[in-house]
Amino acid sequence: MAIKVINDKCKGCTICVKACPFDAIEMKGKIAEIGAACTACGVCVAKCPFEAIEKVEDENDNGVDLSEYKDIWVFAEQRQGKLMGVALELIGEGYRLAKEISDDTKVCAVIVGDNVAHLADECYAYGAERVILIEDPLLKNFTTDGYTKVLTDAINEFKPEIVLYGATHIGRDLAPRVAARCNTGLTADCTRLDVRVSSYIDFANKNTTLDTSTLDPNDPDTGIKQTRPAFGGNLMATIICPRFRPQMSTVRPGVMQKREPVEGAKGELVEYKPTIAAADIRTEVVEIVKSAKELVSLTDAEIIVSGGRGLGNEEGFALLKDFADHIGGVLGASRAAVDAGWIDHSHQVGQTGTTVKPRIYFACGISGAIQHLAGMQGSDMIVAINKDADAPIFEVADYGLVGDLYKIIPLLKEEWDNADALFDASAK
Amino acid sequence: MAFNILVCAKQVPDTNVIKINPKTGTLIRDGVPSILNNDDANALEEALRIKDEFEDVVVTVVSMGPPQAQDMLTECLAMGADEAILISDRAVGGSDTQATSNALVATIKKAEKEMGKSFDLVFAGRQAIDGDTAQVGPQVAEKLDLPQVTYVEECSLNAEMNEVTVKRNLEDGYEVIKVKTPCMLTAIKELNTPRYMTIEGIFSAKDKPTHVWSAADVEVDLSTVGLEASPTNVFRSFTPAPKGKGEMIEATSEKELVEKLLVGLKSKHVI
Ligand SMILES: Cc1cc2nc3c(=O)[nH]c(=O)nc-3n(C[C@H](O)[C@H](O)[C@H](O)COP(=O)(O)OP(=O)(O)OC[C@H]3O[C@@H](n4cnc5c(N)ncnc54)[C@H](O)[C@@H]3O)c2cc1C
Repeated sequence: MAIKVINDKCKGCTICVKACPFDAIEMKGKIAEIGAACTACGVCVAKCPFEAIEKVEDENDNGVDLSEYKDIWVFAEQRQGKLMGVALELIGEGYRLAKEISDDTKVCAVIVGDNVAHLADECYAYGAERVILIEDPLLKNFTTDGYTKVLTDAINEFKPEIVLYGATHIGRDLAPRVAARCNTGLTADCTRLDVRVSSYIDFANKNTTLDTSTLDPNDPDTGIKQTRPAFGGNLMATIICPRFRPQMSTVRPGVMQKREPVEGAKGELVEYKPTIAAADIRTEVVEIVKSAKELVSLTDAEIIVSGGRGLGNEEGFALLKDFADHIGGVLGASRAAVDAGWIDHSHQVGQTGTTVKPRIYFACGISGAIQHLAGMQGSDMIVAINKDADAPIFEVADYGLVGDLYKIIPLLKEEWDNADALFDASAK
Repeated sequence: MAFNILVCAKQVPDTNVIKINPKTGTLIRDGVPSILNNDDANALEEALRIKDEFEDVVVTVVSMGPPQAQDMLTECLAMGADEAILISDRAVGGSDTQATSNALVATIKKAEKEMGKSFDLVFAGRQAIDGDTAQVGPQVAEKLDLPQVTYVEECSLNAEMNEVTVKRNLEDGYEVIKVKTPCMLTAIKELNTPRYMTIEGIFSAKDKPTHVWSAADVEVDLSTVGLEASPTNVFRSFTPAPKGKGEMIEATSEKELVEKLLVGLKSKHVI
């Protein structure tokens, strides 16, 4: 794929130069020229008012027969004989995608380990139609060499169309190695997957600023469209892998939906006998240590509880800390709270602080100045607590609570673990 | 024979200061500084730490990027690296991680041949802040046929300099791994605190060799690099929709507010 400027149509307006996220376009005289940094993302094609830039697709000439590849595999990551939550999420997502491709496309869970056959039932319950079991004493603990070898061998034998991995510290170690060995593409940290163009259009219309008028909802293409954040979440990119198979993605934990488990569900079990020898594994796992979660930095935090001038004093942060500890979150702050000396600058969120995008952001006693919003608008879920119903923070909040944070926060902590019961009660 | 350490480093835009123009939905790049990627600074620091600790260690930094990336390499030399290599060529532009690793591997092999040495230890940062893929390190290791340990938060090289013991970070703890050299390690910020350049370092950087090589120089197979050779392509790119106003929770008491919030969070599967 390549981006070309149609010289006759280019008016030299430089809109594309400014629009390019990769700084890849320069003006050569009065005509735009695409430079080496181009990734063929197509932003310029959409922005050009004169239709002077086009995307040229090329032929598949790499000798890969795409039609040989079938089914969706999920690397069902287990640690110490327990499945990771993301494996079940991916089985759910894999099931959804498989059915979008065709009725006879199956979602398969690939379990690698030693004495892990008991995990198959859990995979079936969450939607796996087939389990590929790869067992060997040498595969008891994850090793890059061991797991790469057996997984690559299995992929070469069964030829899946798509392979999904959790973007965990294990998935992100294994997947690039497997992709390199299979000579195929891999997209990291996806937050959205589509196979049907029509589903992609629906998603894009609901959640993005993308102009979808150039996409055809009846396009028969079922290649995977993998959407992921880039540039620290400032830009989203949808990546495809049109010429190579399998198509591979790692997917962030917590973003895909598990299916409702069906107890006693059964599927097809395929036991794949790996060829693996001790000499294949060049690293030695000396010990595996589980530790209580340490304080994580703001950028990696899943939950952030932020306080502003509305706390009124330093002790307010003790209240927030108490709540944050209870729910596994870390403390953030507005600049006003930092300037008041109530908390260290390292906690500041915003234009002159840290840019964050946690799963949940609690803004407590923060008015929502633009400089603050600049640093937290990318959060998946924003909950704002403020006395003033007109505070601008409510303009970006998914849930707004008007009230005194000193009353709300203690109650929230108290009720937090009751959420399931409250939800069940509300459903009745 | 010297102990040779290679550090893979990338020059990146500082994504913490990138802003979106809310009207046009495009990135504002003006005034965005280019920096040495954060995790790569930790990778370099670890190499320099080993150089401080042991005799006769040579640290080489390799990068792929535009000619301006030489500034970043000069910074690495000023921090204490001994020599730097930049592979810079239109032909490698637009590469995805697979094609990037092909270009880097060709460069590394060329360096080994040209300089008559083989690298005993290869460091990379876990990931670069512009792409966040964490794929290039492992893919370089695969193509050099080296064992790898990613997410390294602690690292020690034995006295014989033929084995490293590392702590590899996991979401729920860590594992201790032993691996023989040569091997690839990818660094995370917990590994160390990168040093600053010193005045002497800045002066001496000028006298240290920086090689700028083209695709032809490193004899890379042109069908394995660049946009055309990349298995993955960007299909579309866009800015996330500005966050719309959500739901103001209506309630007559704080308790009701809290209960309704929790039910909402539960129904949206965020908790
Ligand atoms: C160049 C520049 C850069 C900046 N960078 C940043 C930055 O990075 N990050 C940042 O945060 N700011 C930044 N600012 C500052 C920003 O403009 C605001 O001044 C700041 O964010 C305000 O902080 P606040 O919301 O905590 O305080 P305020 O605006 O004073 O808001 C306090 C809020 O608390 C509410 N409140 C009071 N009591 C209670 C209670 N008991 N319960 C519930 N609610 C209560 C009030 O209704 C009010 O809305 C920057 C400013 C400039 C000029």
